[in-house]
Amino acid sequence: MQQKLHVTLLTGRTIEQGVGKEYGKSSHQYYEACSMVYMDVDDMQKLGVKNGTNVKVTTPNGSVILKAVKYPRGATPGLIYIPYGPWANAVVSNATTSIGMPSFKGTPADVEAALDQPVLSIKELLKKEFGR
Amino acid sequence: MTEMLIKNGFVFDPLNGINGEKMDIAIKDGKIVESVNDSRAKKIDATGLTVMPGGVDVHTHIAGAEVNTGRMIRPEDHVKDVVRKTALTRSGTGYSIPSTFVTGYRYSKMGYTTVMNPSMAPLGAKHTHEELNDIPLLDKATFPLLGDWWFVLENLQRDDLEGCARHIAWMMETTKGYAIKIVNPGGLESWGFGRNVHSIDDVVPNFDITPREIVCGLAKVNKMLNLPHTIHLHTNNLGIPGNYVTTLETMKALESVPNDGKPICHITHVQFSSFAGDNWGNMRSAAEEISRYINNHNHMTFDMGQIIFSDTTTMTADGPFEFTLYQLSGHKWVNSDVETETSGGIIPMHYKRTSAVNATQWSIGLELALMVKDPWKIFMTTDHPNAGPFFEYPKIIAWLTSRKARMATLKKCHKKAQKKSLLPSIKRELSLYELAIVTRAGQAKALGLKNKGHLGVGADADVAIYNINPETLDIAKKYITARKAFDSAAYTIKDGEIVVKDGEVVQNVPGRTMWLDVKTTEQLKVDEEMKRKFKDYWTVEYENYPVFDHYVKVPEAIPVKADV
Amino acid sequence: MSVINAVTCPICGCLCDDIEVTVVNNEVVKVKNGCAVCEAKYMGYKSEHRIRQPLIRKNGELVPVSMDEAVHEAAEILANANYPILYGWSSTNCEAQRIGVELAEEVGGVLDNTAVVCHGPSLMGTQEVGIPTSTLGQIRHRADVIIYWGCNPWSAHPRHLERYTSFTEGRFEDSEWKTYINKVKAAAGRKKVLSAQRVAPKPQRETVGESAVESVVFNKPPETLQKEGRKLIVIDVRKSMTAEMADYFIQVEPNKDYELMQAIRALVKDEELDVDQVAGVPVEYLREVVDVLVNCQFGVIFFGMGLTQSAGKFRNIEVAISLTRDLNARTKFLIMPMRGHFNVAGANIVFAWQSGYAFGVDFSLGYPRYNPGETTSMDVLLRGESDAALVIASDPGATFPKKAIQSLVKHPLIVIDPHMNATAMLGDIVFPSAFVGIEVEGTAYRMDNVPLPLKKVVEPPEGVISDEELLKKILAEVRRIKAQKAKKTAEVA
Repeated sequence: MQQKLHVTLLTGRTIEQGVGKEYGKSSHQYYEACSMVYMDVDDMQKLGVKNGTNVKVTTPNGSVILKAVKYPRGATPGLIYIPYGPWANAVVSNATTSIGMPSFKGTPADVEAALDQPVLSIKELLKKEFGR
Repeated sequence: MTEMLIKNGFVFDPLNGINGEKMDIAIKDGKIVESVNDSRAKKIDATGLTVMPGGVDVHTHIAGAEVNTGRMIRPEDHVKDVVRKTALTRSGTGYSIPSTFVTGYRYSKMGYTTVMNPSMAPLGAKHTHEELNDIPLLDKATFPLLGDWWFVLENLQRDDLEGCARHIAWMMETTKGYAIKIVNPGGLESWGFGRNVHSIDDVVPNFDITPREIVCGLAKVNKMLNLPHTIHLHTNNLGIPGNYVTTLETMKALESVPNDGKPICHITHVQFSSFAGDNWGNMRSAAEEISRYINNHNHMTFDMGQIIFSDTTTMTADGPFEFTLYQLSGHKWVNSDVETETSGGIIPMHYKRTSAVNATQWSIGLELALMVKDPWKIFMTTDHPNAGPFFEYPKIIAWLTSRKARMATLKKCHKKAQKKSLLPSIKRELSLYELAIVTRAGQAKALGLKNKGHLGVGADADVAIYNINPETLDIAKKYITARKAFDSAAYTIKDGEIVVKDGEVVQNVPGRTMWLDVKTTEQLKVDEEMKRKFKDYWTVEYENYPVFDHYVKVPEAIPVKADV
Repeated sequence: MSVINAVTCPICGCLCDDIEVTVVNNEVVKVKNGCAVCEAKYMGYKSEHRIRQPLIRKNGELVPVSMDEAVHEAAEILANANYPILYGWSSTNCEAQRIGVELAEEVGGVLDNTAVVCHGPSLMGTQEVGIPTSTLGQIRHRADVIIYWGCNPWSAHPRHLERYTSFTEGRFEDSEWKTYINKVKAAAGRKKVLSAQRVAPKPQRETVGESAVESVVFNKPPETLQKEGRKLIVIDVRKSMTAEMADYFIQVEPNKDYELMQAIRALVKDEELDVDQVAGVPVEYLREVVDVLVNCQFGVIFFGMGLTQSAGKFRNIEVAISLTRDLNARTKFLIMPMRGHFNVAGANIVFAWQSGYAFGVDFSLGYPRYNPGETTSMDVLLRGESDAALVIASDPGATFPKKAIQSLVKHPLIVIDPHMNATAMLGDIVFPSAFVGIEVEGTAYRMDNVPLPLKKVVEPPEGVISDEELLKKILAEVRRIKAQKAKKTAEVA
């Protein structure tokens, strides 16, 4: 079992995130949809992370606590997928490579178990990151 | 309320036979009138100046999806031509595809007051009208692309001219259009699967109809509907060496359509359709063959599509032709097919004097204009921006009115083109009167615009006043002075308001969008059929397809009573 | 009660206009034909997260104020700012976007829309090589090969396949819906058999009946690629739901799409490749796939964030379009970006016709300028160069990287939105607005640039006005403030 796993971070849409945003960014649906991360089932085993428990994702830009969920459609070894939203943006790279588009997909990240650390609500997250 | 008197100018009004007479033009409430109250009226002293009706452009791509995609993909076209915001005018950019506000300002600067946007995909009609709304200072209209519309192909294939006519009437009202535009008939539907037609008797795959049948059918339909303009045609095989044969065949085919001695078809940018030879190496002008035909027949009108040596952008509904240009140049290429209706393409193009082909093309446009004897048959355009940007019109005016000007340009061209050119043997120089025909009167007449292109009583008060004194300035000799005068009007008057003075915009007016309100007898039947067929043919709902009234900010609906 | 037909849904680039909405007492009670996200919007728009009146942050908290006070404060900020950003625009109508251009021009700011984090790179790609494309109906009528590359319509454009591609009836091609249903039934059957034998299906080689939707690593491409009818190919870094429905799925290594596309281009031109695999995909496969591409009647590539947001960004798009251009030498092939917000295309279109440029338009010198990396709002924020911002019809607070949001928050932030979204929670002045497509009518442009009308089906809440009206108020106030300032300066001189 490993302490930390080095992975590639992807962020993107899910249907739940799409539905959640229509109910409002402070809504329960949005929170459930976006404060989570899809992981490969073998990778989760390596880290000793059970499905539905919390993990910490760290990148050079920051870190965030998320609920880990097993990716339901086949293997994605070395890849993690966080739905678009403020939780993803706490760790996503801002490197625009001089064309205005940050690197939302395909940047390096580290994942480790974080059983006792809580997933923040959107209000708590915004307060922590931006002081408002 | 507003009265104006333009005093003592040299007036050129060919539709009313006025050739340089010194006279006053009276304006009241936006119309030309017999006379006004001398003390009340605002006076413009036009002594020593040339007074013409406002310019009318029969074919210029200025609004809609195609034009805008061109803008989006060519930032390099804009960065060299920026326009600052002023207290009166909006900012923007040029060069070959100007932003909408700049388009209005620049046309008005040259004394133009009415322009026709010749290509509108019906599915994108709302877009075209939104852009037309943002073109100030000009009256506008637009032509829906109908030559390859599935309903036209199906109705004509069944020989159902009346059915076709009713569908066209429905489409004209639905898209708020002004004329039937046909591009590479049959070729656009073929291009849906990457194919093309190569003669007017090729059969269009899946539709069992030929270009000949489409063009003749629609010319007949146009007559049945009593539309003010004729069908507006971009021929098959455009831009291909040897295509003059197709152009002649097309014109001959149209001889069979009954015409009451009036034109029944307008072939646009005919320069591109007048190539002889059979490859780019031996390509030469067919202006002689084409002009001979035009001089002996009266059922057609034309516009030049004159080349300007400049960087510019080609954009037409002729998808397969634009693909050919891509294959030749490897340049960035846009293709934009539109479901059920038409296609389109865009490619940047740089016309060079040092290219034998481009220089020959340049010569062809002028040869045609000068060898066709009757100026009421062929008008000045560049098919903007395809052959060149519209604000270079003064250059063409110089070439048409001054042999010295065109020979000076010819001498800078590729030697091969100089040898082939017919221009050295052409002495003709258009007079100011003839110039007024090919830049306004002729176009207004061909378009059926009763209140444009002339200064008779009842006409819209659209007037252009130029710094040219016909008694003291020989425009054939002093063509550079003449060019400058046509570049920057002394006054442009729109609906009786001075909008440009000394080449600067001094007032903002929105301009109107004209469209045809065609009334047929069996309107309802077409509506019902459309509702049924819509889900099969388009990916939008019948209810959401039309250009609703609020899309046209300042409309001018022209009622048309059809014979059907 | 009234039932309204042909309603255009205001969410994604599909811009489905066949939605049926039932309204009772000014409330939407039922939605028919829409996807899950559409239903969520029409049922959720009146949630408790709605902003009901203008708010200004005083002593750290957002408190309600009058419209006049909020408009005046906002106008003061914009009129006095040196280099403001006016960002968003993608979830409102064209009528509002036009006022936006006028406002940005008036205050000499940077006008940018959400394309900067979405398909801005695609626009840049087209500026390099153009784009062979069409309207969606052409796909429906003619396409027999449909490729989704770096996008997952199942999650982001749920009705795309059923309205425009594989599962539609066209004039020249039929729907593949029945084939897919049979596939799913067969899969359900096979799973039953396997569990009866107590054999766990291996995750890597999950087979679904005859037509194998499998990882490409060791097996031949399935026969479904040679079948009659439409073929669906998905290329992605992981097996998405759309990939599960595909006839063929290629799993490409992350950040390696560029290499893969170049390899395919070489094969399309009948060139030899010196390697055995590219981006994790065996060259043998690629040859078979290319065979399908060059022998089809009409192919189309739809692409999304997988290409615009991974390494290469706009170069990925440039190569994808170049591949499409190359294929046109062999057959009919087109390409189309899967635009996200329902009117992101509209914003680019309106900006372009009025200024010449589609996004990242800088008016600070008195005329429009465009230079991605310099004038794009993201870069302006990351370099900390702006000194005020107006955010409308978007949520950068939820979509921008942290550093950019920190820059936004450092200076006065004006927000216009119907919901209390992340940006509004961070804002200094917050305006409520009415939902376009539900409470306000207008025009929007679909992902293929077709303009469609949006309907108003209910009245907005009391005191809540449209974006267009609000922007007009702010613009008028900005002009008044500037005129006053100019008068004062003239008096002093």
